[in-house]
Amino acid sequence: MTYTDEIKKHLSIYAQRHGDDRLILGHRLSEWCGHGPILEEDLATTNTSLDLIGQSVMWLKYAAETDGLGKTEDDMAYLRSEREFKNVLLVEQQNEDFAYTTARQFFFDVYDLIFYSELRNSTDETLRGIAEKSVKESTYHVRHSSEWMLRLGDGTEESHQKIKNAVADLWMYTGELFFMDETDEILIKEGIAIDLNKVKTLWYENVSKIINEATLEVPSLDTFMQKGGRKGIHSENLGHILSELQYLKRAFPTAKW
Amino acid sequence: MTEEQRLEEFQRKIDSGEKIEPKDWMPESYRKNLIRMISQHAHSEIVGMLPEGNWITRAPSLRRKLILLAKIQDEAGHGLYLYSAAETLGASREELLENLHTGKAKYSSIFNYPTLTWADIGAIGWLVDGAAMVNQVSLIKTSYGPYSRAMVRICKEEAFHNRQGYEIIAELCNGTPEQKQMAQDALDRWWWPAIQMFGPEDTKSTHFEESMKWKIKAESNESLRQKFINMTVPQAEARGLKIPDPNLVFYPETKTYTYGEVDWNEFFNVIQGNGPMNKQRVRARKKAHDDGKWVREAATAYAKKKSKQSAA
Amino acid sequence: MINDTQWNLWEVFVQLKTGKPHEHVGSVHASDKEMALQNARDVYARRDKPVSIWVVPSDNIVATIPQDNEAFFDPADDKVYRHPLFYKIPKGVSVDIH
Repeated sequence: MTYTDEIKKHLSIYAQRHGDDRLILGHRLSEWCGHGPILEEDLATTNTSLDLIGQSVMWLKYAAETDGLGKTEDDMAYLRSEREFKNVLLVEQQNEDFAYTTARQFFFDVYDLIFYSELRNSTDETLRGIAEKSVKESTYHVRHSSEWMLRLGDGTEESHQKIKNAVADLWMYTGELFFMDETDEILIKEGIAIDLNKVKTLWYENVSKIINEATLEVPSLDTFMQKGGRKGIHSENLGHILSELQYLKRAFPTAKW
Repeated sequence: MTEEQRLEEFQRKIDSGEKIEPKDWMPESYRKNLIRMISQHAHSEIVGMLPEGNWITRAPSLRRKLILLAKIQDEAGHGLYLYSAAETLGASREELLENLHTGKAKYSSIFNYPTLTWADIGAIGWLVDGAAMVNQVSLIKTSYGPYSRAMVRICKEEAFHNRQGYEIIAELCNGTPEQKQMAQDALDRWWWPAIQMFGPEDTKSTHFEESMKWKIKAESNESLRQKFINMTVPQAEARGLKIPDPNLVFYPETKTYTYGEVDWNEFFNVIQGNGPMNKQRVRARKKAHDDGKWVREAATAYAKKKSKQSAA
Repeated sequence: MINDTQWNLWEVFVQLKTGKPHEHVGSVHASDKEMALQNARDVYARRDKPVSIWVVPSDNIVATIPQDNEAFFDPADDKVYRHPLFYKIPKGVSVDIH
């Protein structure tokens, strides 16, 4: 399908946003590798991390293609600055402990599954392909992180308190998952992107169900929500993530690895 | 059967190439020796995740990152298979981990060295996994069934580890002068620790005799080391890298290299805790374990509640 | 006594293709059924693409012990008539079913 330059520009922004979400969350999860609470969970977390980084490769490749400047997915990941990254703030939050990591993952996974399920109807073939492949992965991710929400919420007093705090602290970053601007509007008109308002309703329903079952209180959607990531305004965390992620490529600009 | 007859029967099985299975009778020192060896092997996999883990977030391309992450995850899996094999002998994972965290149990000394540059990730794959593979392929012949089966699975899965390491090194050698220097530097630092991985000559090793008689081990340390050297030196030369051993001599008629003296004093010191990273490695493992305690307890508590609910 | 739990041990059986039997591949630690299944998947289905996984709590497995072997298995050893090559079939006919 041939798009106008205008559409291509927005498609690249769209692909960067969703690619960056997965790259940064995958990065955060990869920090757990070798440090998990038990060997089996170490493997499980790494599987999710591998899935997400794998997905980010597809997204960033498409972002580079539609960008039209002859870049690669690695250029996208390794040579954009803090202000050019477009991930939501939720995914760059620190691991803190297993409760934070679980809550962050759970919020994202539930969103991710609905997002991909919808995206399977995109008029864009590449996005449909990404969605078809990824929806299977995110189906498993939701199952895994939901189970952990239940275990921590309805486990011991200590775990209950920890996951309660994590949900409370991270809640204000969830609103941004449904952020839309002109990029979304233009692409929705073409049938390429999906309406995140629809995702939001379903997300809240599904998230509430598990949070309730985990014997926790469901926060309101009307609380104050953070935003900025989609426009490249991040927390202080992202700079540190990128200084690790991009170190070699920037230290040896002409080298191939 | 008397103890003596049992022992005879046990030895007959081993000599005829039968495997010993968990419920079979076995001498207590066979069991102990195996638990010690398998758990050391398991600890090495788990501790071995750390030096490579040091570079996950800094891998230089998305492809390299995915490969490295998958490889380190395999090591977690291999540790898990090995702990399982030790568990069939009546050891518990709780107890084995406790031994690691208190410093009672040993693991491969090489993981007490730091990974300083990206080339070290290549060197670990190429040299450390290469050496491990030589050892593990030989261990498929071990007399203990579950250990042998774990080795079959591990060898199958690790086939790519050593290749990806060599690929990294090859890429560096084809790269800029700085990259090539990085590869040579990594080889210089990892070569001798890799040679030491096989352990000192077996006459000095306490468990050697029993290990061979009962086919716990299938080959001597020295013969495995020689195999590794013969295999690896040409790989280095093909990339224009120099092995940091001035006494390396090739004998074409036997296709074998003789090599210089190994610094066993350093080896024993590193084993005993004086390596550059011993304390950090064990501390990192212990921290993960301690930080995970409340998580494991939560899951146990949740499972109890649920089974009570479903019983009610 | 070590004040820690690594959870219970579960045995894992994997079926790689429909029509093939489930084979024992190893074990995992898990606190409940769902976790055992997920852990088995994350540990033993990283490469192969199985069609089915079974998990069983290890202490629910009932097994013979080596001392049983003579009584249990030796009697099968001398029943040659259970094996097809025991039978002489006249030349020129085939009774094998293809």
